[in-house]
Amino acid sequence: MRRTKWEEYQKDIADDKYYYARSCIRQNFFPGSEKAFLDILRNDLGKDIFDDPLHTSCTGIGYHSDIVPFETIMTVVARQFALMHEAGYENFTSSCITSFGIYTEILNTWEEFPETEERTRENLFKATGRELVKPKSLAHTSDVIFHLRKEIAERMKRPLVNALTGEPLRVVEHIGCHYAKIFPKSGIGGSEFPYVLAGMIESWGGEVVDYPERRHCCGFGFRNYLVQANRGYSVANSQKKLESMAPYRPDFIVCNCPGCSMFLDKWQYTIAEMEGTTYGAHGHGIPVLTYEEMAGLVLGYDPWELGMQMHAVDVEPLLEKMGVEYDPSTKYLGPKGKYIGKPAAAAVNCSAGVTLYDIKK
Amino acid sequence: MGKLFDKLYEDIRVREGLKACMNCGVCTAICPAAEFYDYDPRQIISAVQMRDDETIEALLRSETIWYCGQCMSCRPRCPRGNTPGYIIQGLRTLSQRMGYFVESARGRQQLALKRTIGENIMKSGYCLVPRNISPDLHPEQGTVWRWVFDNDKDIYARFTPSYGREGAGALRRCSEATMQELHRIFEVSGGKEFFDDIERYSEQKAREMGYNGADENYMMDVFTQNTLAEE
Repeated sequence: MRRTKWEEYQKDIADDKYYYARSCIRQNFFPGSEKAFLDILRNDLGKDIFDDPLHTSCTGIGYHSDIVPFETIMTVVARQFALMHEAGYENFTSSCITSFGIYTEILNTWEEFPETEERTRENLFKATGRELVKPKSLAHTSDVIFHLRKEIAERMKRPLVNALTGEPLRVVEHIGCHYAKIFPKSGIGGSEFPYVLAGMIESWGGEVVDYPERRHCCGFGFRNYLVQANRGYSVANSQKKLESMAPYRPDFIVCNCPGCSMFLDKWQYTIAEMEGTTYGAHGHGIPVLTYEEMAGLVLGYDPWELGMQMHAVDVEPLLEKMGVEYDPSTKYLGPKGKYIGKPAAAAVNCSAGVTLYDIKK
Repeated sequence: MGKLFDKLYEDIRVREGLKACMNCGVCTAICPAAEFYDYDPRQIISAVQMRDDETIEALLRSETIWYCGQCMSCRPRCPRGNTPGYIIQGLRTLSQRMGYFVESARGRQQLALKRTIGENIMKSGYCLVPRNISPDLHPEQGTVWRWVFDNDKDIYARFTPSYGREGAGALRRCSEATMQELHRIFEVSGGKEFFDDIERYSEQKAREMGYNGADENYMMDVFTQNTLAEE
């Protein structure tokens, strides 16, 4: 069923000449992934992608925390589109899943309620003097990598295969809710059978793991994480997913949403500290990768240049499974090779009892 | 049709999200918030579609409307094309415009969101920046984040040429001209007025509750106090 179902949800993804909008969460927690995305497109695949220093946040976290009104975010989004046009591009690609959901929602709103587009156009001009020109195509950056997955496969240096056994790596894919649950037709495979990450995994030699809570939210929940008092909601939902996937023994998790990548990683740290529970092999957490990191490893990038030292769950067990030759001594280096110290140990990496925090306090 | 319902229905998202709910409960079955809280999106839609102002006002003053995590898992599953998440967005917006949000503990948290995410946007152009993710307020970020936080310039320099500076790259500083445009957008489109309303209603409520206004003490209390047991 899955094989035929996803094909019903297709969309046009541009082949080249992209305008790139960065993500608040990804640039904070996975700056190496944003760099890798640009490097892969430009250096490995010879594409034209513009990294514009003029755009701002779409303000989406504020919007979904209900402090930024719809009229305001529509105008901020209109400014991003105006900047794209002024730079000479028409294919908009966003690094953030919530931004992608918002761009999709706003373009649909403008189509269905044309008066909202007109009012936004006026607001934008009044505030900035800029003119709204809508994009010809809109894609999430994971759509772009999916679209180019076969070109990446042709250049593959390390397939998603266990180097010792020759078996495909078992991969849990987690799709950010705002990728396709808001507008299923906007995502590869729709909301029930999303194929955007599964397509990459299969093209690069891995095996997709199905499990009961595959479509459950990571638990970000905006105000449910952002306000400290509410964080139980967030960790409980991540825990539900981790409990559900653990019996299927995945080698790693890959996400297309920067928030999900961060929460599924950081909440494993928290659960290990609070309860001593870990979900991977040998008492270790399950490594969580962004799809840029997965593509980067496949293409032979150095894991520390991809920024994988910024993960709470150490990725070394996965690197060893894949046969990645990495230098442990370069993991904690700053610019010009300066050693900058390393993080304190954590239970999620099998180092119980030596952490900085007593999280129960 | 009541006046509060009319106001609610002015919101495009409510018009888009409210068709004719048949109370099947699929939204509640799929809802992550319904699993964690005593929360039932089915009941909210059912209440709103009755168009009764008294019921809607009770919702606007309630804890209930603040539980949803806006994952929007309810949207693709509804067999009748309703979107409970959109109705929640409409209710929360109206609750803040009317000043009712300060009547619930969860609603009062909007001040914390305005003072963190909102002020990040107005100061930096981003919803979050590393220097504002303090390890002391975010112990769940763990030992690795503490290491990143303590060595931010060295760590980010490996991935971006413009950390905290103007120019292309991750975590670049938005230029003065860009920030002026963003501020103008907030003024012209009602975002600034919305922020000011959150502050104004919070200030009044804080004094009513015995605080010296919506000061740092009030802010930290709404940010940290878990009131779930009392709700």
